[in-house]
Amino acid sequence: MCRLAAITASEYFSPMENIHALETMKEGHDGSGMGLMLKRLGGFAAKLKDYPVLSGICSADGLIELDRFMKAKGFKEVHMWNPRVKPVPGIRKKDCYFAKFYEYPPQHKESPLKEKEELLLRTRLALRKMGEKDESIVVFSFYPDVLTLKEVGDPLALGEFFGLEDGELKAKIVLAQGRQNTNYDINLYACHPFFIQGFGSMTNGENTAFVPIREYLMSRGVPGYTGYQSDSEVFTHILHYTVRELGFPLSYYKDIITPLKREEMEARMDRDALIMMRQSLRMLVIDGPNCIIGFTPDGSCFMVQDSKKLRPGAVGGVKGKYAFMSEECGLDRAVPQRDRSLDVFPMKYDFVTVPSDAPEVKVWNQLKGL
Amino acid sequence: MEPVKGSLDLKDKNHQLTLKEFPYIIRWRDDRCTRCGKCTAVCPVKAIVPNVRVERVVSSEGPSPMPKVTRNVVSIVSQVNDIDRYCTGCAMCQFVCPNAAIEPEFNPEHKFLQFKNKGGDPYKRGGRRNDPGPSTLDKLKFTRISMLTDPALDAGRHEFYLKTFLGRILPPENLPLKVENGKLVVDKGQDVFVPPVREVYPIMIGSMSVGALSPPMWEGLAMGVAYLNEELGMPVVMASGEGGMPPRLLKSRFLKYFILQIASGYFGWDEIVRSLPHMVEDPAAIEIKYGQGAKPGDGGLLMSSKVLKLISSIRGVPMLVDLASPPTHQTKFSIEEAVAKMIQSMSMAWGFRVPVYPKISGTKTAKAVLNNLARNPYAAALSIDGEDGGTGAAYNVSMDKMGHPIASNIRECYLDLVKQGKQNELPLIAAGGIGKKGNLAANAAALIMLGASMVSVGKYLMQSTAGCLGDENNRCNLCNTGRCPRGITTQDPKLYRRLDSSRVAERLVDVFRAADTELKKIFAPMGRSTELPIGMSDGLSVNDRAIAERLGIGYVC
Repeated sequence: MCRLAAITASEYFSPMENIHALETMKEGHDGSGMGLMLKRLGGFAAKLKDYPVLSGICSADGLIELDRFMKAKGFKEVHMWNPRVKPVPGIRKKDCYFAKFYEYPPQHKESPLKEKEELLLRTRLALRKMGEKDESIVVFSFYPDVLTLKEVGDPLALGEFFGLEDGELKAKIVLAQGRQNTNYDINLYACHPFFIQGFGSMTNGENTAFVPIREYLMSRGVPGYTGYQSDSEVFTHILHYTVRELGFPLSYYKDIITPLKREEMEARMDRDALIMMRQSLRMLVIDGPNCIIGFTPDGSCFMVQDSKKLRPGAVGGVKGKYAFMSEECGLDRAVPQRDRSLDVFPMKYDFVTVPSDAPEVKVWNQLKGL
Repeated sequence: MEPVKGSLDLKDKNHQLTLKEFPYIIRWRDDRCTRCGKCTAVCPVKAIVPNVRVERVVSSEGPSPMPKVTRNVVSIVSQVNDIDRYCTGCAMCQFVCPNAAIEPEFNPEHKFLQFKNKGGDPYKRGGRRNDPGPSTLDKLKFTRISMLTDPALDAGRHEFYLKTFLGRILPPENLPLKVENGKLVVDKGQDVFVPPVREVYPIMIGSMSVGALSPPMWEGLAMGVAYLNEELGMPVVMASGEGGMPPRLLKSRFLKYFILQIASGYFGWDEIVRSLPHMVEDPAAIEIKYGQGAKPGDGGLLMSSKVLKLISSIRGVPMLVDLASPPTHQTKFSIEEAVAKMIQSMSMAWGFRVPVYPKISGTKTAKAVLNNLARNPYAAALSIDGEDGGTGAAYNVSMDKMGHPIASNIRECYLDLVKQGKQNELPLIAAGGIGKKGNLAANAAALIMLGASMVSVGKYLMQSTAGCLGDENNRCNLCNTGRCPRGITTQDPKLYRRLDSSRVAERLVDVFRAADTELKKIFAPMGRSTELPIGMSDGLSVNDRAIAERLGIGYVC
């Protein structure tokens, strides 16, 4: 089972906290990869919040190509961060792991956010396409205040490999997922968490309805709905589609992926809307055992379960620091000082959120709509 | 040409057929037969007759052989060699025989079609395509099984959503919703037409008309449908076929479980229109029949012998006249104009509260129809009826040689909708040969995974609820004659009294309950329970490369 460890806090912390939490959940030989996604960056990046960050991996040639492309598009590099990679047995080192901070092209500096987001998305997709054949360029995210690291290997070993223990890299929100996708080919693009225009999510489980959902998303005409080396990437895109494209409040994500039964809708004040959504969005109903943890552009984090609650998941913490873990032992490691009796184990109707700066945990119940 | 007369006529036996030319040969056992006469009485085509023959018996008595020949006249049962009274293999003789003395045997070397055109009249029959081989649907397997990577679902314990939507569905971007205090509410200020949508069971009962079916058969199905809906909570709907419905039913609260069909003869619609002001419920939908999979390009036909009092009153025609529907709607000039108008007229009749959809026969041109309907916001669905669909009456050549298989037709239409992003807007209804080999749930599930939103089934249900005898070896298939030996497709009280409508209803409920369990048994290991696996083609495979490639599914061997 994939291991999930997300932490949101009011203070900056090192992603090693997530990795140590992942380590407590390790079972057997499930160390086939790790993805880290950091939001609300601290340390050196705290002053660079407004600059979009391009995170990825390149070969030496790929890096030259990438720089040439970005320059031609008018992006001016203001800072580049590279992890201090240490050789670790079992991890095949690539030429360059990077997070490049750019200034927007002059003609886009004053553009509204939505236009800037479109530009960043299209740029990322173009880069991805450039390097797809020979894997010379692999890009995970391109967005302000978000940094992504991914590699194949054991999470703890990868923490050492990337030199994360030095504390240079910090953030207020970190999503970490251990173990690669096992249903399809092992591929860096199949590694969670996934990101699109401010929305990130990771999952453990199997999305058995992957194919019709993928077909539906790809036919929406949204350029970013592509890739799908992992069946879990659709969860991120459904989140994006729900909130950004349709403009629905976040809680309706739950109503779309795991809709209530018709008779259960009767108790909800917004039943008329739910009935329409049930019909119009039925291709996005997920299935299989899935625990999804994610964040939205405003820094809210959430955990949601499949309609039968076939996966474990726990949320707990203290004011100023909450963690979302696929197992409770991860919580014990991440926030040992919390009151365990207040831990939340989201059940099939629950949608658990923690707002930005982690002031509190909120449980929204789908049955009641409250 | 004048027939040859005189002595030559007596010697020429070439115009007579041997029994080897016949599709079924009667095996009658002299030693078991008690001469009760039940078989000859029951035979719907009089293919067997009581007869006499002279038997030469050689016997010997006494201590040394003294052969003595005697000639006895004995009564027997014999098969006639008149092509108009060919044995259809229905086996009603065997069914009524108290002593297992008689049975028809299929003759694979028959030359039936070489002769069954007397008077220049091609062979007509009921049933469906005479192809005993397995269909593409029966070759498909469900191969993506979740087991060790993740827990599979339990068909017996978990909840499954086995329902679908019938009706035009708005794309989410067009829903008239707005956010108020963090909640979505319907924005009544937006001038958006929200089409009617029904939540129904994904297997519907396909169009079989009140005239084609006998009163107990139709009643039985209708009662079964009411029971499934009201007692078991399974929203099964049933299509009426052409020819309307009994006025009492039109004005009853049960109308909501029925789909009214309008076809090219418009039979029954006088009564339906007259009943409109008295309807207490809307029908489930309106089906506009443009074609039928079993006989593409052929119109409907209800034989005069079936047009008795009830049928003539429902259809608004005199008794005992042949009721032929033209192969096409006479008002149909173009799909752009006439079909759109027909859909709108039907919608308007019920105040746009009822889904209206066309049904066409499977065809290479289905995508053209589909694309037209995809752009028509009032088109509620598209029903495609494949070549293995059934019919009450058609030319044999239409049934055996015309038509298009359903599997690739549905698949290409679904993928075309996917390309346009409209796969959830215009539901596809697949029909034609579902359950041909008895695999109702498996065939239905396969079609759903190829992209159908629901399936429509007729003949399988006739066979399983009323014991219809027809098969793909041309057994029985007498539906067009009004002489149905089971009492299913006849208006003759002497025949239909053999059928108990309560039993039909009971069997229908059995069939749906069993199919429901089987669907769960298919969907559970594949991990789909919260929604139907529409378009979940990765779950399907086939051991035929050409089929795999055509349908865009996996090849396994």
